[in-house]
Amino acid sequence: MITRRDFFAVMGGGIVIWIACDADAQESGGGRRRGMMQRTPQEVSAWLHIGETGAVTVYTGKVEVGQNARTSLTQAVAEELHTPVASIRMIMGDTAITPFDMGTFGSMTTPQMWPQMRRAAAAAREMLIDLASQKWMVERAGIRVAEGKVIAGSHSAGFGELSRGQQLTGTIPASEALTPATEWKVAGTSVRKVNGVEIVTGAHKYAYDMKRPGTLFGKVLYPPQYGAKLLSLDSKAAEAIPGVKVVRETFREDRGRAGQELVGVVAPDPATAERALAALKAQWTPITGTPDSKTIYQHFKETARGGAPTNPNLVPYTVAYIAHTPLEPRAALAEWDSDGKLTVWTGTQRPFGVRSELSQDLDIPEDHVHVYMPDTGSGYGGKHNGDAALEAARLSRAAGKPVLRNWTREEELTWAYFRPGGLIEVHGTVNPDGTLATWEFHNYNSGPSALHTPYEVPQKIEEVHNCDTPLRQGSYRGLAGTANHFVRESYMDELAHSIHMDPLEFRLKNLKNDRIRNVMQAAADKFGWTRRSKTAGHGFGLACGTEKGSCVAACAEVSVANGVVKVVRVVQAYECGAIVNPEHLSNQVEGAIAMGIGGALFEAIHFADAKIQTNRLSRYRVPRFTDMPAIEAVLLDRKDIPSAGAGETPIMAIAPALGNAIFDATAQRPRQMPMLL
Amino acid sequence: MPRITQLDVNGARRRIDADSERTLLSVLRDDLDLTGTKYGCGEGQCAACTVLVEGQPVKSCLTKVGAVDGKRITTIEGLAPEGKLHPVQQAFLDADAMQCGWCTPGMILGAVGLLARTPRPTDAEIVSGMNGHICRCGTYPRVVKAIREAAKKGVQA
Repeated sequence: MITRRDFFAVMGGGIVIWIACDADAQESGGGRRRGMMQRTPQEVSAWLHIGETGAVTVYTGKVEVGQNARTSLTQAVAEELHTPVASIRMIMGDTAITPFDMGTFGSMTTPQMWPQMRRAAAAAREMLIDLASQKWMVERAGIRVAEGKVIAGSHSAGFGELSRGQQLTGTIPASEALTPATEWKVAGTSVRKVNGVEIVTGAHKYAYDMKRPGTLFGKVLYPPQYGAKLLSLDSKAAEAIPGVKVVRETFREDRGRAGQELVGVVAPDPATAERALAALKAQWTPITGTPDSKTIYQHFKETARGGAPTNPNLVPYTVAYIAHTPLEPRAALAEWDSDGKLTVWTGTQRPFGVRSELSQDLDIPEDHVHVYMPDTGSGYGGKHNGDAALEAARLSRAAGKPVLRNWTREEELTWAYFRPGGLIEVHGTVNPDGTLATWEFHNYNSGPSALHTPYEVPQKIEEVHNCDTPLRQGSYRGLAGTANHFVRESYMDELAHSIHMDPLEFRLKNLKNDRIRNVMQAAADKFGWTRRSKTAGHGFGLACGTEKGSCVAACAEVSVANGVVKVVRVVQAYECGAIVNPEHLSNQVEGAIAMGIGGALFEAIHFADAKIQTNRLSRYRVPRFTDMPAIEAVLLDRKDIPSAGAGETPIMAIAPALGNAIFDATAQRPRQMPMLL
Repeated sequence: MPRITQLDVNGARRRIDADSERTLLSVLRDDLDLTGTKYGCGEGQCAACTVLVEGQPVKSCLTKVGAVDGKRITTIEGLAPEGKLHPVQQAFLDADAMQCGWCTPGMILGAVGLLARTPRPTDAEIVSGMNGHICRCGTYPRVVKAIREAAKKGVQA
């Protein structure tokens, strides 16, 4: 825990605003007085510093993985502090100087951290007004803050001038009131990506690009089959290569299918490390009798825990395992100092979680571990842990030099965790008037996100069945929301057709949730759903849903010829409360559609004999330029609803909309993802 | 093995000492610390590693450094040498044609090469010309828009 004294030692004088977590603020009486506190609260979620030069620096444990949190959080501060965006620097995901944060996942940055940033900035603004009031002996009411200056009549001062020579701190509870969205000036506008210039000039250093003086390059030997154990290792040939060190250690915890053993090499350059890795002769236990990507769904059913459903009418759908495939693979640079303290630069959505992993694995205190997360080449839920960090830290300790451990694409596609595969069984019945009568939904292995139908049904059963997974699995953008939306919205289409009702009418008839109705209607209107005219080989489909505080609806047109599906046009409406940045929101929505097309139509991990067969980009197809339809994003701005995140839910409607469109075109119901096998 | 001792990169003669069989990608990143050139797959599938050789885009992960001996190489770091952004870089910013940015340097150099060959491309020509590039964040429509806008302004490679 960083103390007040430490903080000013690092930052110099000025003003610091600590943002207490709700619980801590309540413990301290919930008082909102911006008093001069001598202690930092126990639980701080962020802090903001205004230096003596007037520079504004904000500290948060959240990280940037392409979702533009760096920009949106900067907007939050600019909005309330009344200072230009360019005057604000956001320090993110650095465990040495940012407050603890669980991680950047679950679309929580916007609903949770974003308002806290605004509260911190508002508190700082009020403190500046207090200072000006004392200094100029002017009533607070006559003082305003604008464009980074505090102004009262003929008086005007930059932020730094007012705090010069002082060390002022304030603590605010997380529940302080904020400017309503209808009065926003910077928030709610399309502020550009704040570090866009570093991106387009190649100046930004990602974890993969990091280097320290004397850095060595690390490679790790993985088993030929997942689950295989090392029987013997002959490393003589590798060790004979000049400059090479072979490292053999045991992780504290079993890394599951990758095993508990670490066999690695370090060398002065990547080519030599590669050569040394190839020179290792290892023998492994053979693995037999594991399920493959064809038998996996039966395997889920056989290994499901808890009671099995008895309804014989359940209709099975399947969802393949898929890979996040972040274009920057996992990477970590580790460096130890002479006091046994470790610094790791790595791309992760959970820098503090990785700090704990390192501390536990290496058996050193957490305050001896510093994890820094540079803005990273995407995650999509795939970079929650410290695989590369652990490898780099151990290799570096053994070598006595900084070690960069950059995963290859093959390693990324083989040893990272996947989005879970799943079997989903569904059945429902409809009354003659088109209202739903019963609904039964069983999800095997893929997970509980968005499991519950938003439609009105008097009788429903919705269950998740945990199963054995032969592959390593974990978070993904929207988790199981895509799988559950795909099956629910496809089956709703089946039910609509069974009673010859238009799918839009059928949905609206069974939906009371106004927010979902609104996005569905907005998408349908923009698409021209009721005016659609069917031609041979073309089909139209729609889908809607809600998750994590936002609502999504998509209408799609496809053409199908000789089994080849082309997505022609997608209109997607999205509503996540008050819009923080329209351009970036639109970018997220479009990008989610693009990514969703991959999982819907062709992405799948193929595996057999305990090997991942789709272990290269030439074998694992992801969406490309030519796969893109005409995309129209319709953004509904609800200034009366608190802003929710937008990194995940926009991915959930596209797959069922496409499946329904394919059915419309072909009369064949796709009941598997990916739909093209 | 034959060794390469210098490379013409971004208008400067850079001294190196590299086996001619090594990839241009590795030499740029590991020897010259020009890390704007990105690794994405190592097999020419994603084009994140695109650089210009004599003004034409090549995938540096598949290019042996021996094959570019004496040739003019431009990386993303050399596209705006005086700090003034190249019109294609500016167009990417204007269109918000990026999310995580890992593919962006390769995309921009690919676009510069495309516009050198086809100064006024149709959207279909942009799509087919850029199809070797992967953006996992899915900003493709914005990249098309950025290139279209850059072309309107008349970009010289």
